[in-house]
Amino acid sequence: MFNKAILPPPGTSSLQRQKLRAAFWFLAPMLIVLFCVAAWPLLRSIYFSFTNTSLTNLYGGEWIGFKNYLTWKTLSSGHTIYSGTLADPAWWNAVWNTVKFALVSVSLETIFGLMVALVLNAEFKGRGLVRAAILIPWAIPTIVSAKIWAWMFNDQFGIINNMLLSIGLIDHKMAWTANLDTAMLSVIIVDIWKTTPFMALLCLAGLQMIPRDMYESAKIDGIHPIKVFFQVTLPLVKPALMVAVIFRTLDALRMFDLVYVLTPNSNATKTMSILSRENLIDFDKFAYGSAQSTLLFAIIALFVVLYIWLGKIDLSGDKS
Amino acid sequence: MKKAWQLINSSLLCLSIMASTTGSAHAAKVVLASGAVGKDIEVLKKLVKPWEQRTGNTLAVLPMPSSTTDQFSQYRLWLAAGNPDIDVYQTDVTWAPQLADNFVDLTPYTKDIVAQNFPSIIASQTTNGRLVALPIFTDAPALYYRKDLLEKYHKAVPKTWQELTATAKYIQTKERETGHPDMWGFVWQGSAYEGLTCNALEWIKSYGGGQIVEADGTISINNPKAVAALNMAKSWIGNISPEGVLAYKEEESRGVWQTGNAVFMRNWPYAYALGNGDDSAIKNKFGIAPLPSGGGNNKSAATLGGWNLAVSKYSKHKEAAISLVKFLASKEVQKYRALHSSNLPTIISLYDDQDINQQEPFIAQWKNVFLHAVPRPSAPTKIKYNEVSSKFFSAVHDTLAGSGSAKDNLELLEYELQTLKGNHW
Repeated sequence: MFNKAILPPPGTSSLQRQKLRAAFWFLAPMLIVLFCVAAWPLLRSIYFSFTNTSLTNLYGGEWIGFKNYLTWKTLSSGHTIYSGTLADPAWWNAVWNTVKFALVSVSLETIFGLMVALVLNAEFKGRGLVRAAILIPWAIPTIVSAKIWAWMFNDQFGIINNMLLSIGLIDHKMAWTANLDTAMLSVIIVDIWKTTPFMALLCLAGLQMIPRDMYESAKIDGIHPIKVFFQVTLPLVKPALMVAVIFRTLDALRMFDLVYVLTPNSNATKTMSILSRENLIDFDKFAYGSAQSTLLFAIIALFVVLYIWLGKIDLSGDKS
Repeated sequence: MKKAWQLINSSLLCLSIMASTTGSAHAAKVVLASGAVGKDIEVLKKLVKPWEQRTGNTLAVLPMPSSTTDQFSQYRLWLAAGNPDIDVYQTDVTWAPQLADNFVDLTPYTKDIVAQNFPSIIASQTTNGRLVALPIFTDAPALYYRKDLLEKYHKAVPKTWQELTATAKYIQTKERETGHPDMWGFVWQGSAYEGLTCNALEWIKSYGGGQIVEADGTISINNPKAVAALNMAKSWIGNISPEGVLAYKEEESRGVWQTGNAVFMRNWPYAYALGNGDDSAIKNKFGIAPLPSGGGNNKSAATLGGWNLAVSKYSKHKEAAISLVKFLASKEVQKYRALHSSNLPTIISLYDDQDINQQEPFIAQWKNVFLHAVPRPSAPTKIKYNEVSSKFFSAVHDTLAGSGSAKDNLELLEYELQTLKGNHW
């Protein structure tokens, strides 16, 4: 799309060419900013991942090739020892945690978001107020809401245990964030609470694009509402839904703040970003951490490609 | 990149300091980064008043997160970026070897006062002959016990972990039967962070299982006594300690303790003054003792903690900063801290001070705890200490949470530490 705008197709008038040149100059500042804040740091950390840079020696790193990713050494006894991120069990644990988190949270958020959007799409009194109110979880900074949830999940004074106990769903106080089995569940619960409104908003935008007369004709034909949902609503809202799912998946794959506040250092919830930060800063293995964040970037890119290919969706919107 | 960091940091700092920018035009404004547990900041602001009046300088405190692991990361970032906005850093006892290059050598400025302090503490803050931080108080944890409950059930203060387990279980059961359903036997710090390294080191050392990495650099963690110590701690979870203890840091365990819901607590001295505050449910109802031992000939062990002040090499007001550090490490301030926030002095003569012995008699008791203090292996493992500690507390946390047996996890830990060590630390 962008290339189309810059390269004038043959046979354009000079006026058009002038317009295009002006457009380029209007875009240039933004391009420079994007290069500085997105491309440069990315290239820089990819570069760091091939060096032995440490945080105490940021400018004196030497090129060491792929050693941070994978390297092996064969001992005289014949054993081959692998080291580097790709041979690090902690890394694969983090990858698995992240993927698990992304799959579960994004699917549930999509379902709940669509449900909320369907409700909000209906005509009822005070709809504007409800639409605004539902965005509150999304508007609170994650660090604040995560801390609030951390106290709500507290095993001794937490309100969650208190409520569940008083209605008899559990018989003893649960340690939500400490127990390895429920730690991931707690993180997912908070994430669903926080991002369902975002999904709902994107779905709602999609729903409102559907012409009302389609529903009216379905009603006249006497088609069951559930059938209407699957035959009319879902196919028509799908493009908007796909965009929302991609956004959320990318977001979920780089998840950091929730885990950092709720369950720091717990192996059951450590994500790729958490692990990479730990190496970058805590352990003074700056290059190793850079290698991990480069891999994270590659994994996210892979997901996007896979998703676009599998869903065969046209992000630009104009169907060919 | 360096510039960008400085810019971000300085703008953040400006925001947080804006409120306190009074002071005269020539006087320096010294910025001190410090952890904020309990009433630390409140006390600090009060006790620098004389220094502010005398020198005309002002102090701005930058509160840090309560997790020491987080504090350290932030310090490392600031120092790597050469941040000139922070003049003084409050550092944990283990950080000196890791951050030494970024701090001013205090040796020439402190010749007159160094000798008053415990030599072991000064030694812990000296790397390659440079004194990089000056101790302001020392720390060693103790066993807090509920005097009233022990008397009520005619139990003695436990000397071994086995006694503690039995007593805690007994009182917890009895109390729950008599209308106190939230009562727990023992609370401590089990979240996966530096604090768990301290707790677990105490169990293992007091069982005769060594201190993870010995002073000569040998990795000693994989032994039957260490396994026994971890199995004992594992038996507490859900039994005498709430399952949630695996997410507790100091303040969470104090929360349970100070609301009167625990018989025993392992914590640092700061909890003593707070426990006797007017809003405390257990005011005057508790005492302290050295942590229990593993039984037999084993001795009790307490992890050596303590906080120090270091002057940043990148500071623009080094002179004022050094004068602040010397003031905060002085005898009068250490005495004030001992009296008002139950911090243990690093100056030997203060343990015989009359006022302290009269008003805070427990400090003299702490001298016993202090005698059994065990250092974390920060000196032998040098710059790799954080990773050693992280691998250790992860292995312990996994064991306590039921992911793998103590034996398997310690064997794996030994292997990981050997890989990390390579030819030398």
